[in-house]
Amino acid sequence: MIELQDLTRMFDGQPVVRDVSLTVEAGEIVTLVGTSGSGKTTLIRMINRLVEPSSGRVLIEGLDAASLPVHQLRRRIGYAIQGIGLFPHRSVAQNIATVPRLLGWPRARIEDRTDELLELFQLDPARFRDRMPHQLSGGQAQRVGTARALAARPDLLLLDEPFGALDPIIRAQAQTDLRAVQRRLGTTMILVTHDIDEAVLLGDRIAVMDAGRIVQYDRVARILAHPETDFVRAMTGGPEGVFRLLSLVAAAEIAEPGEAPGPPVDAATNLREVLSLCLSSGREALPLRSGGRVTLAAIRALAGRGGQ
Amino acid sequence: MMLRPATVFAILVGLGLWLPLVQFKPNRIAAGEGIRLDQALAGGPVIALAVLGLLVLSCIWRMPDRMRIVLALAGMAGSLVVLGHAARSLSVEAGNLARLAPASGFWLMLLGFSLMLADGVARLGPSLPARWLILGLVLVAGFGILASGMLDQISVMREYATRRAAFLHEAKRHLQLAFGSLGLALLVGLPLGTGIYMMRRLRGPVLAALNILQTIPSLALFGIMLPLLAWLAATLPAAGRWGVSGIGAFPALIALFLYALLPVVSNTLSGLETVPRATREAAVGLGMTRWQVLGQVLIPLALPSLIAALRIVLVQNIGLAVIAGLIGGGGFGTFVFQGLNQMAMDLVLLGTLPTIALALLAGIVLDLLIEHVARGRP
Amino acid sequence: MRAGRFLPGLAALFLLVFLLTPDSFAFLFRPLTRNNAPAIYHQTALLRLTVSHLSIVAIAVIASGLVGIVLGILVTRPRGREFLPLARSVTAIGQTFPPVAVLALAVPVMGFGTAPTLVALFLYGLLPVFENTLAGLTDQPAEILEAARGMGLTPLQRLWHVELPLALPLIISGIRLTAVISLGTATIGSTVAAPTLGEVIIAGLLSSNTAYVAQGGLVVSILAVLIHHGLSAAETNAARAAGRVG
Repeated sequence: MIELQDLTRMFDGQPVVRDVSLTVEAGEIVTLVGTSGSGKTTLIRMINRLVEPSSGRVLIEGLDAASLPVHQLRRRIGYAIQGIGLFPHRSVAQNIATVPRLLGWPRARIEDRTDELLELFQLDPARFRDRMPHQLSGGQAQRVGTARALAARPDLLLLDEPFGALDPIIRAQAQTDLRAVQRRLGTTMILVTHDIDEAVLLGDRIAVMDAGRIVQYDRVARILAHPETDFVRAMTGGPEGVFRLLSLVAAAEIAEPGEAPGPPVDAATNLREVLSLCLSSGREALPLRSGGRVTLAAIRALAGRGGQ
Repeated sequence: MMLRPATVFAILVGLGLWLPLVQFKPNRIAAGEGIRLDQALAGGPVIALAVLGLLVLSCIWRMPDRMRIVLALAGMAGSLVVLGHAARSLSVEAGNLARLAPASGFWLMLLGFSLMLADGVARLGPSLPARWLILGLVLVAGFGILASGMLDQISVMREYATRRAAFLHEAKRHLQLAFGSLGLALLVGLPLGTGIYMMRRLRGPVLAALNILQTIPSLALFGIMLPLLAWLAATLPAAGRWGVSGIGAFPALIALFLYALLPVVSNTLSGLETVPRATREAAVGLGMTRWQVLGQVLIPLALPSLIAALRIVLVQNIGLAVIAGLIGGGGFGTFVFQGLNQMAMDLVLLGTLPTIALALLAGIVLDLLIEHVARGRP
Repeated sequence: MRAGRFLPGLAALFLLVFLLTPDSFAFLFRPLTRNNAPAIYHQTALLRLTVSHLSIVAIAVIASGLVGIVLGILVTRPRGREFLPLARSVTAIGQTFPPVAVLALAVPVMGFGTAPTLVALFLYGLLPVFENTLAGLTDQPAEILEAARGMGLTPLQRLWHVELPLALPLIISGIRLTAVISLGTATIGSTVAAPTLGEVIIAGLLSSNTAYVAQGGLVVSILAVLIHHGLSAAETNAARAAGRVG
């Protein structure tokens, strides 16, 4: 569990982050979303003390982050950034091994861990181990960067706009992969993004930041359904708002008995995709592979109730 | 018809064959007389014709670059051999007092063939090992020809023979000056460059001071060092015990060191600045200490720039160390300025030729090293 | 910023007054003399030496500038492309030749005096101008040249209206390098009897008179700073004219 207590950071007399308190449950992904300049990057940089808080404290599993020597603290916290920042003079394996080497792991254990991570991120160890960073594509480099951040099994992984440099198609894949990796490892993650769709897709909870404060922190569905301020409403709503809501609900949840024409879909397919398929194929309902169907009418009714 | 490099080389070497190969003086004071290859050697005309034939061929037929490199190497060695033979056979006729110096024809031939070599190497773009091999070949051949005694009748070599001990002493001194000042500059410049990288505010003042240092003409900087260091040694006895002195090689060493500081500091800075922000951030964020970031990330990434500084400084200091000869600091400059004073050009050559050879060698070796380091990087 | 604008003017003014009435500055150099040696060099007027120093440098720089630029243009034209690899390696190798050695080697051919100094400065000065002209003319954005070709400019028009203006900042910076190097190297010309400010320094070295060494060095340094400053300003102007923020 990660607890941020009353964190404030001043720059030149101006508060950039004010009085932020936040608790992140172990094994969850919290996405910090806000406009640029909202203080979200400063906030996560206070967790690994790349920025020292002006006041307030950070507790990691009950331990005050300020009580550890700063480099030891950082070795326990994974950190992945937009620029990725792979070391250009070191091979992929050496990059991933950075923190284990700093921690003095035995060589065999480092090698095993490196290969394990490469496989986890779907990079064939035999092919990628000895490549240099400039021989990687953008998506591959991003995966290596995240693997490097996870190498020493950190309690917490901080991600600052990790997919910012990727093009849309690769980005979507990278998001899905990160989600899968997190489900397997159960690592606690805090991810900073300015993209509400990314926040919705990846987060268990979303913290919306504006002008240095957290204006709302809640489960994704609740944030979408009950925005507490105009700012959050503007951020989550708009013409796309209803689709975001639908994307959180699986088809099975509003399935009803009955038949429908055409090819069936998985029960786990989200309603946004179901809606899209209905419209593009001109059908009023889609059959589920597991039996039953989802109707346009049911989707419309759900959207009208605000996703509840 | 389009002018091609091969034609230029052919014209240069052809002119060289036509101009005097050696300058012959019956003794050290007498006026000189130029002697052409065909006059100097019994087989001279034949050799000259053969070389001319090859050159004409190289103009008409586009030779493979590999072959051109071999031809150029053979030409360079051949020019030296022919020069030596000519000098030897002429000295037999003229006796021991006679002076034989390489003349314009020889220099033009050497120039033509070395340009041909440079062109061939640049065009072929041989692999790094191949370039090391060519360099090694040139060195071995050069030393072989010198050691064989083939050139012993050439006046520079005769100057060398009479001053062997002094030459070796000055050569050692020259190297000490060039490498010693480089070492000092690294010792001071690397921390200084790293320091101003971290403390941005100091950049302006430090670089401005070093730039001003660079505008002081070398002659004046060397000259100022004499009284300055003498004064320092006199006022601070401890400094004197550490070797600070206003006479001998020390002032020259300090002057060279000061000239070397700017390239070392500015290249350290620019090398460190090429490290991407994200890379530095990542290193810190992963939990490296300040020294680990410096040692494991920043310095390895700045290495090409640091070696480039090494090249600039070494080449510059090998050349500037000649000035030390003017203030009694030793080195090859001693021969150069002695020679200029006595109008003894053989002595001037004894100082300049090894200086040029050293500077060239340092430049080429470090260029190759830079390529080694730059390999495998984006 | 403000001091930066005034300083060159002040330096130039100081230099002018010093050269016109060197004796009024004798008090500055007196502490550097010993045994009542003269504080100011009088064998030849400092002003005259400065003028001849500058003339030698100017002639050499103008000559190497012209030749360097023309050579640079020639090897980047289609007809001269054959010479490009050679030109590149010759400049790289040539710059390792020590200036003093070039000077000393010019003596046997030209004798003592101004001539070997001029030749050495000319040869040595060729390299930076040539190298920068080459860099300026070869590193141009391909799309600009394509556009110029597409608009129907002849090769000569392209060179004059597009390539040279774009390369001008780099060419000027090459001339600046050449000028500053030549200014320093010309002092060494005095060792082969060229009438330059090096004469003052060498006189100081021979008579152990630090005042001479200092005033010779000072004049050359100020000249170098002024020339560096002036040509840097020209470079910035050219860069602005070429649409690059300099």
